[in-house]
Amino acid sequence: MVNEKMEEDMAKNVLEIRHLNFRYKQEIILKDISFSVAQGEFVSVIGPNGCGKTTLIKTILRSVVPETGTIHIQGQEVKTITNRDLARHLAVVMQTIDPAAMTVMDYVLLGRLPFFERYQFFETQKDIAIAHRYMEMTGIAALSHAKINEISGGERQLAAIARALTQEPALLVLDEPTAHLDITHQVRVLNLVNTLKTQLSLTILMVLHDLNLAAEYSDRLVLMDKKQGKIFKAGPPKEVLTQESIQAVYQTRVQVRPNPISGKPWVFLINPHSQEKSINGN
Amino acid sequence: MNKRVRRWGLILLGLSVLVAAVGLLALCTGSAGIPINDIPDILLGGKDTAEYSILMGIRLPRILLAMSIGGALSLAGTLLQGMFRNPLVEPYTLGISGGASLGVCVNILFEFYAVIGIVAYPLSGFIGASLVIFLVYNLNRNNQNVRSNRMLLTGVMISYVASSLVMLLMALSKTDDLQSIVLWIMGSLDEPDITLIKISCAGSIVGLVISYFFCMDLNALLLGDEEAANLGINTLRTKKILFITASFLTGLSVAVAGIIMFVGLIVPHFVRMITGPDHRILLAASFLSGAAFLTLSDVIARVIIAPLELPVGVITGIIGGVLFIWALSRKQVTL
Repeated sequence: MVNEKMEEDMAKNVLEIRHLNFRYKQEIILKDISFSVAQGEFVSVIGPNGCGKTTLIKTILRSVVPETGTIHIQGQEVKTITNRDLARHLAVVMQTIDPAAMTVMDYVLLGRLPFFERYQFFETQKDIAIAHRYMEMTGIAALSHAKINEISGGERQLAAIARALTQEPALLVLDEPTAHLDITHQVRVLNLVNTLKTQLSLTILMVLHDLNLAAEYSDRLVLMDKKQGKIFKAGPPKEVLTQESIQAVYQTRVQVRPNPISGKPWVFLINPHSQEKSINGN
Repeated sequence: MNKRVRRWGLILLGLSVLVAAVGLLALCTGSAGIPINDIPDILLGGKDTAEYSILMGIRLPRILLAMSIGGALSLAGTLLQGMFRNPLVEPYTLGISGGASLGVCVNILFEFYAVIGIVAYPLSGFIGASLVIFLVYNLNRNNQNVRSNRMLLTGVMISYVASSLVMLLMALSKTDDLQSIVLWIMGSLDEPDITLIKISCAGSIVGLVISYFFCMDLNALLLGDEEAANLGINTLRTKKILFITASFLTGLSVAVAGIIMFVGLIVPHFVRMITGPDHRILLAASFLSGAAFLTLSDVIARVIIAPLELPVGVITGIIGGVLFIWALSRKQVTL
């Protein structure tokens, strides 16, 4: 009975992670990590440097093999499928893309690679149409003949998202996609991801350093703790981003107030030299 | 997109014409001057004339050998540059040529060729090349920064070690062995054995065909191993097969023609300026350009101090090195 329920959940959730453990040179990086991401949900993983966020993403991408635990994507255990099959379900946007001298169009078209037949040599008209559609959607259609190494970092991230969408994945994983961007592009990228979530009912798992951006855009947050590689708290931003949990995990004094526009929690850092009075607004 | 296919078609057509033209030039160049107009008559005239045997027995095999070796070296360079994502990588700088020459030296000294026949040359070259690439790869496997030049340095060092070992072997060897090693190391396309020429032609074409099975994988690898894996590429397997292919091509070239520098470095680099980084066109274009370049270099090597003949490696080294420095100074080197 219980097993049946579990099976059902696994099939319903796009990503289902259960009891993941990983150690690197005897040091515990991930300890008993379990969480799931439902269809159409936007979940962000947050936590201090070295808490295992990137390792967690790597276990999903299989570049790191966990000691124990399972990862299911759309009901399939990632351990048992080929790279090609995984790439049809899951697309990744990394922090940066390596600036190869290929055109944006060629780069985006590489997203169709997992769908190539054996010994297929050219993209089909359908592949090209799909690539065009997502370049339009990400706003980089005008750049299609520009070289990747000649466009800006922000445009590269948009190209990376277009390439990921061209894979038509069920799950889009973004590993700190805004890390190297100015606020214009940070907002542009995150707005885009948010739009995609609604328009394509895409499921999104994102690693983000910026707590405020994570709170603003995500449906749920997973806060990881460095001390034991455990999940400290998971849930809607309001429940996770509290003064107590942030101070416990980051060892930093903060104040949390609702954002006056969205009502989402907003984290204020405290400079010990400035008056706390002025922060409290008294 | 059809525009692109047409462009690629034109590039291949142009290069094929170039290869044919250079081949024809090589056919009428030599101490016995044969005007180009006479060639059809000689070929149709029968096998008995001296001109016929010069063309078909001496010049044509040499041209075929130059084309296959040039194509093989250039293709090996393209594969290695694509996998390592480093435009300075080639069989020579990675020490693969050094490994191959050490293999061939061992073969000459221990007379393996007497036991298993002429195949011992390409085979020993291939084994030497494979050992080096295995070593370079494993020494740098944990190197996170793939583009870093550490691997290049490892290759250069292995190259030195290999050439020192070759010298050691030479110092220990008998006089006749010594001479055959020296002649062979200097690099020459003057290969009297028709079997080796056949092996070289067939081998380089097989290498080209194998590479084409992985042209899309190579395109994905331009983004880095991790990204390629995320796009569904079995990167470990692809790299393994392509490393073996590159060693095979290099081993073959070194075994038959000695050390010929820089073909694998500059030809892919110049071709990439014309075709862009897409391996679907790059592989064939590099192969054809390498074939034309080495054949032309061989013509120059034969006429520049005629009646004497320079080792072709000297020509490719000089032309290649100068052109490469010029290219470096004028355009940023990227893949």
